[in-house]
Amino acid sequence: MKYIDEFRARDLAHGLAAAIAREAAPSRAYHIMEFCGGHTHAIFRYGVHDLMPSNVRFVHGPGCPVCVLPIGRIDNALELAETHGAIVCSYGDMMRVPASKRRSLLKARAEGADVRMIYSTLDALKIARENPSRQVVLFAIGFETTTPPTAVALKQAAAERLENFSVFCNHVLTPAAIQHILDSPEVREIGSVPIDGFLGPSHVSSVIGSRPYEFFAEEFQRPVVIAGFEPVDVMQATLMVIRQLNEGRYEVENEYARVVTRDGNTKAQALVADVFELRPSFEWRGLGHVPYSALRIKDAYANLDAERRFGVETKPSRDAKSCECPSILRGAKKPTDCKLFGTVCTPENPIGSCMVSSEGACAAYWTYGRFRQESGAGKGAREAAE
Amino acid sequence: MTAMDRGLAERTSRLSGAVDMSHGAGGRATAELVRDLFVRHFDNAMLRAGNDQALFMPPAGRLVMSTDAHVVSPLVFPGGDIGALAVHGTINDVAMAGARPLYLAAAFILEEGFRLADLEQIVVSMAAASREAGVPIVTGDTKVVEKGKGDGVFITTTGVGIVPDGVDIAGDRARPGDAVLINGSLGDHGIAILSKRENLAFETEICSDSAALHTLVAAMVEAVPGIHVLRDPTRGGLAATLNEIARQSRVGIRLNEAAIPFKPDVLAACELLGLDPLYVANEGKVIAICAPEHADRLLAAMRAHPLGRDAALIGSVVADDNAFVQMQTAFGGSRIVDWLAGEQLPRIC
Repeated sequence: MKYIDEFRARDLAHGLAAAIAREAAPSRAYHIMEFCGGHTHAIFRYGVHDLMPSNVRFVHGPGCPVCVLPIGRIDNALELAETHGAIVCSYGDMMRVPASKRRSLLKARAEGADVRMIYSTLDALKIARENPSRQVVLFAIGFETTTPPTAVALKQAAAERLENFSVFCNHVLTPAAIQHILDSPEVREIGSVPIDGFLGPSHVSSVIGSRPYEFFAEEFQRPVVIAGFEPVDVMQATLMVIRQLNEGRYEVENEYARVVTRDGNTKAQALVADVFELRPSFEWRGLGHVPYSALRIKDAYANLDAERRFGVETKPSRDAKSCECPSILRGAKKPTDCKLFGTVCTPENPIGSCMVSSEGACAAYWTYGRFRQESGAGKGAREAAE
Repeated sequence: MTAMDRGLAERTSRLSGAVDMSHGAGGRATAELVRDLFVRHFDNAMLRAGNDQALFMPPAGRLVMSTDAHVVSPLVFPGGDIGALAVHGTINDVAMAGARPLYLAAAFILEEGFRLADLEQIVVSMAAASREAGVPIVTGDTKVVEKGKGDGVFITTTGVGIVPDGVDIAGDRARPGDAVLINGSLGDHGIAILSKRENLAFETEICSDSAALHTLVAAMVEAVPGIHVLRDPTRGGLAATLNEIARQSRVGIRLNEAAIPFKPDVLAACELLGLDPLYVANEGKVIAICAPEHADRLLAAMRAHPLGRDAALIGSVVADDNAFVQMQTAFGGSRIVDWLAGEQLPRIC
């Protein structure tokens, strides 16, 4: 496939692996947090680890949209389907994420709730048009990437006066989460989570641009390199972070220049600003309450807001006992540090959200068997360097 | 089904209207449906005899038997339909023992309200597939369920076949050092089906690979009678099937990603939908595992058959108590290729 294969090319990868092995100083370690689950997935799927020297380590960040949603919000969605009898529409990854009592949208559907998997917010509008006597709720989740399509659906529904349609909004913001992580005592004072630099989001940045990261690169003195989701992108960006660290720089650089600009997609930003406003606070799984880290629907569209239409109440989020998803999402622990990992908690029977989506760190560890092949780590890098 | 078959079906159809409960009640309507639809199109002496069973003398050799239920949606898809699929699916399951398939049985579960003309199209297609394969449908059954209790039509087929002496093919016979081969590109069937699903229809030229593999298998067995394992990677794709074999044989399997044949359109659709093509279903593919010294001969025999033109050597069997399937990625790393968890869910961002 043109424009894809180039970014998965073996020769390029080996060239980059050799450069990384050459330039990474053996006297120190490089802890690089990849914020996005898309990067986590690419690292595992293509075996990028195998091409890295042992002192370059990836710390997996919280950027998996379904992983960071607290259990209480999924319980809310179940209630919309079960108590209010609404047709609840959401993306595929959301279907198996565990709610309270180990229920999920998929299990609720098996028990009779009307839950539909959609690929596009416009599918939800279509379902609403086809079922005029039913309430249809779009269970909207995700970072800045999935927010503009939700805005489009809201505007379209308003224009059509689609009265049986509403949106349960759970859209969250990337820069607020990164800042929260850097501000956490684990990173700032205790230093138990070393983060030397970031691979910045790719798709998110195509919408918001690279500008929003400039503040915390400066404030927290950490390099940020915006990276595409292909394995060569990840390796190139890793090399760029290593170079910044070696040279004592902390800037925002853009490896994903074929898509991301400094200002981003201003049309999408305007659309989002039209429909959404900041929530003063929102709970994230793993990060707790993060100020100004999520969006809610503006008053002008209040009649399409499922929270107001159905009187959705905030529910307490009690994560399963012993589940380490919260620490894993902060980068404080690895999946293999969790005693449930691979024993009680597997992709077939997930206890925590990180085991569900292919972007979740636990699912990536398990599926691509990293923990089972640790002995082979670094082999590719050694070969590339020789 | 060819255009001629379809034209013939339309011109000569004595069936109009829709399936109703009387078609499954065992009375005159049932008898007419059987006579005018199933016996007429499947036409063979055993069916015409009108008994509740088919009576035949098995040839010498070991008998194999297999059954397969078909519930595909949509019922008609690029490159096939549920009728042809029901014939191919069971023939293939029988053939994977290295067997020559002899006869099929077919059971239909029909939903009240299903158009008889649509049912006839499916039956005509089934008859054509069975004729083409030389494996007649010799007995069957029909039941009708109330509207809303089915999805048009479900078809279960059962097949019997004969394994020639000296052939011993089973999932537990893979040995370290063995070669792993495939007869062509992977994922075509699953992507063809997905492209027609109501909620995600997209434009693609991809057709299902649905095909009866028994003549290919016969050519393979003739070239290398000592084949260790044959299995068709249907649901769960190559990944699930290799994991089954690894577990049954208590060995590991190493794949070479660069050697696995995929069509560019299938890879593009998988990119778009967030699917891993290793887990996408096939209906006309066979995985063959044989001793390394036989690999070249087997590969040549596969490539000489129309259903094996793109055959490739994709990996090897290794000693591994964990029974892991691992893959050397084209990128230069390695990864485990695990069992599929649930259905394959697409990524969202």
